Amino acid sequence: MSYTLGQKQLDSIDEILQTDLVDIGVHCVFLIDMSGNIIASLDDGENRHDIYSLAALAAGNFGAVSAMAKIIGEGEFSLLFHKGKKENIHFSKVLTEFLLITLFGNDLSLGFLRLKVAESVEKIKKILEPIHTP
Amino acid sequence: MAFVNLKKKEVQVKIVYYGPGRGGKTTNLEYIYAKFNERIQTEMVTVKTHGDRTLFFDFLPIDIGKINGYTAKMQLYTVPGQVKYNATRRLVLRGVDGIVFVADSMAVRREKNILSLKNLHENLKNYKKSIFSIPLVFQYNKVDLAEQGIPLLPFATMEKDLNSQLKRPAFEASAVTGSNVVPTLKKIITMTMASIKDELK
Repeated sequence: MSYTLGQKQLDSIDEILQTDLVDIGVHCVFLIDMSGNIIASLDDGENRHDIYSLAALAAGNFGAVSAMAKIIGEGEFSLLFHKGKKENIHFSKVLTEFLLITLFGNDLSLGFLRLKVAESVEKIKKILEPIHTP
Repeated sequence: MAFVNLKKKEVQVKIVYYGPGRGGKTTNLEYIYAKFNERIQTEMVTVKTHGDRTLFFDFLPIDIGKINGYTAKMQLYTVPGQVKYNATRRLVLRGVDGIVFVADSMAVRREKNILSLKNLHENLKNYKKSIFSIPLVFQYNKVDLAEQGIPLLPFATMEKDLNSQLKRPAFEASAVTGSNVVPTLKKIITMTMASIKDELK
């Protein structure tokens, strides 16, 4: 099985990520599917992370955490966030098949980031819903 | 689940190396990483235990150039082979487009190969995929051990055990020396790309 996204859809996703997340100061943001494929990625021009490896590990990590949640009787954990000294990672599920991953520094508060992530997730959902396979 | 990006004219495909523990899945990827170093811009990612066994997966992204005008990015993964790691093995299979089944040619591992193939069948069903329809290539690994006098299963026996119903391409290989590692990879890429060619028009 495979799926395709066109120029228009990908441009809209880039625009949402740029205005909602990169413009408020996140270092890097990328949208992936649960197989670890990268759909869109943007950064503030300074980040040089290996996003292909990050995407594969993030998809695996998210899958592992969801499996742990099920074992202990939780459907899903609502907050997935790793805190570092300088760099932090936030994960947000989009529909059932996609993940939005945000890297940000300590100058941005987690609360504000979560608010902006939630807003962009709602917008991205509208674009991905037609290709979404439950 | 392959992803076709029409904006970048790029296709991303997930290929998983499956098989029993200590069969040589990671060694396959290590050989590919060393051989195609100039095409791989990143480090190979491995999530290992202290005993150097794959705990979660290995990951190696490789660009294979253009196919039908699309830049093809192959994402190669291995799974942990040991029976006890089935939960993580299943996670790695999510969204898989093509599979290389690395079987161990040593006679003492005969049962383990068969059990691992059964396990693949079960785990694919979990994602509503069938072992009978997914692109799949067999690799009968460790043929170099014959030189050291270690009893190996003949090709015909391996075929009968694993491939009698599936009838997929099979290669005798030695991941340590690199023999038939690249032909195995080329075969699975060809089969996987053929399975999604309708999307690339």
